[in-house]
Amino acid sequence: MLDTRATASPILRINDLHKSFVASNGTVEALRGINLTISKGEFVCLLGASGCGKSTLLRIVAGFEHATRGSVAVYGFDVDKPGPDRGMVFQDYALFPWLTVRENISFGPRHQGRSKKDAAEVTERFLSMVGLTAFAERYPHQLSGGMKQRVAIARVLANDTDILLMDEPFGALDALTRSKLQEELIDIWRTTKLTVIFVTHSVEEAVLLADRVVVMSAGPGRVDSEIKIDLERPRDVSSPEFNALRRDVTRRLTSHIVQGRSDKPAADS
Amino acid sequence: MSIQTTMAEPPAKTSADATTAQKPSGELKRLRQLALAAIVPVTMLVVWDVMVRWTGTRLVPSPSGVAVMMWDFAFGGIYDDAYSKSLPIHFWKSVQRVYGGFLLAAAAGIPLGLMIGRIPLLRALLDPTLSLLRPIPVTAWLPLSMIFFGLGPKSAIFLVFLGAFYPILLNTIFGVRSVDPRLFEAAEMLGCNGSRLFRSVVFPAALPSIFNGLRLGAGFAWILIVVGEMTGVPEGLGAVIMDGRTLSRTDLVITGMIIIGITGFVSDRILLWINNYFLRWSPQHHA
Ligand SMILES: Nc1ncnc2c1ncn2[C@@H]1O[C@H](COP(=O)(O)OP(=O)(O)O)[C@@H](O)[C@H]1O
Ligand SMILES: [Mg+2]
Repeated sequence: MLDTRATASPILRINDLHKSFVASNGTVEALRGINLTISKGEFVCLLGASGCGKSTLLRIVAGFEHATRGSVAVYGFDVDKPGPDRGMVFQDYALFPWLTVRENISFGPRHQGRSKKDAAEVTERFLSMVGLTAFAERYPHQLSGGMKQRVAIARVLANDTDILLMDEPFGALDALTRSKLQEELIDIWRTTKLTVIFVTHSVEEAVLLADRVVVMSAGPGRVDSEIKIDLERPRDVSSPEFNALRRDVTRRLTSHIVQGRSDKPAADS
Repeated sequence: MSIQTTMAEPPAKTSADATTAQKPSGELKRLRQLALAAIVPVTMLVVWDVMVRWTGTRLVPSPSGVAVMMWDFAFGGIYDDAYSKSLPIHFWKSVQRVYGGFLLAAAAGIPLGLMIGRIPLLRALLDPTLSLLRPIPVTAWLPLSMIFFGLGPKSAIFLVFLGAFYPILLNTIFGVRSVDPRLFEAAEMLGCNGSRLFRSVVFPAALPSIFNGLRLGAGFAWILIVVGEMTGVPEGLGAVIMDGRTLSRTDLVITGMIIIGITGFVSDRILLWINNYFLRWSPQHHA
């Protein structure tokens, strides 16, 4: 079944976005003229070498940073601060260490003024969705990296988010846990019909997960190209179609990296 | 399925193994620790006793002399003078002043520290003044404090307050400043902002540092009570030491010193216990 979501209504529109950081040793131009439209329910991967501004773009969408020029609009409304409609999953989890797994997940619902009963219900639902019901009373320091990231995902889901922003969320995990979480993420995305913007520097991860891969180039960060991934899910990484797409994406990614030869262009630019 | 795979992951397993494996050697370890801790005090007592006998001094009593004094101070029946059986009243007065000043310092220092740490305007406004006042030794405030609060307990409480206030304030500020900024971002994105941020994120995140400040502050409070009670209050452990000095009763002075030492130690243990309870989420802050 091919995905037809891409034709749905736009949920996020990024319009001629520029971002410069003012540092003590001059200004750093991180992003120049980003244009991007994302449809409701779409799974988009931002792919690029480190330093090309992926995190910066995601943080502006989240409302943690402000654009120097241009705009980000969700459902047509300009974004200027963090909000429950956009939920960020950080690479280093950013869980509240003084709260248990259950309390971390219920943090959002409780602060949105939901009733106690309602908040508890939502919490239990997402606790079981990420398979952590048995660990509800644990503190973050008692969890493995994979479990922490599940809590972080459940925490934004429980907050009734529309757009899930993920900044290399599985980058610090071992290969086995990572592929397991990728699978779970796709399941969650399908059941919740969320929109996902997923940052990665791994071509394979991007082709495995995305409806559309947005390749970014560095110095300053720009959108280089966009590639639709019309592969059936679950995707078979050993299939010829998958590998053809992976080669295609790799070629576009490395076309602007001078010594880019590897599959995972993690080299600093 | 995810539960089964994650259950086998190391963190849960190692902690369970560690507790079961440590059981038999735990008792021995505790005994060893106690023995090691006792070596220095016991040696000091012996050296003290030998030195008093050897020099034949009348200025310093022997350990046994102090022990008798302590018994009389606590229960009476030996000297039957003004100090017999008076420990409870002196002790109680000092404890009241120490914890009065300490709690005032905590009540002022923690909220102020949270706000200074978080609000740049307040920091710009107060930080320079606080930095100027901080290096002044608390004992230098003694004359002014006696003018402000008169000769009496208020003056002592004020000095204790001043001594405990700075460590509590500075550690709270430090705690807030060193919170991972992502936690604030996460909280904001989850709909927690404004004043609720203080209660839900700033305070708990700074708690390890706040407890450091409280323990330091309580230590200073006990140090300063002696100075505070030298300002002419009739009762209190500091007053007893002062009297002992003027009466040349060194046994009384040493008795007061030992009681303050023990009380300060016990008070720190209680704080540590509270610390461990509230910071059970953070293993590296367990002491
Ligand atoms: N807060 C900041 N101050 C100054 N420069 C920054 C800041 N954040 C990011 N940058 C710079 O912007 C560029 C893009 O960074 P980032 O968005 O983190 O890239 P990526 O996530 O793709 O690795 C880098 O050159 C980085 O040094
Ligand atoms: Mg990044």
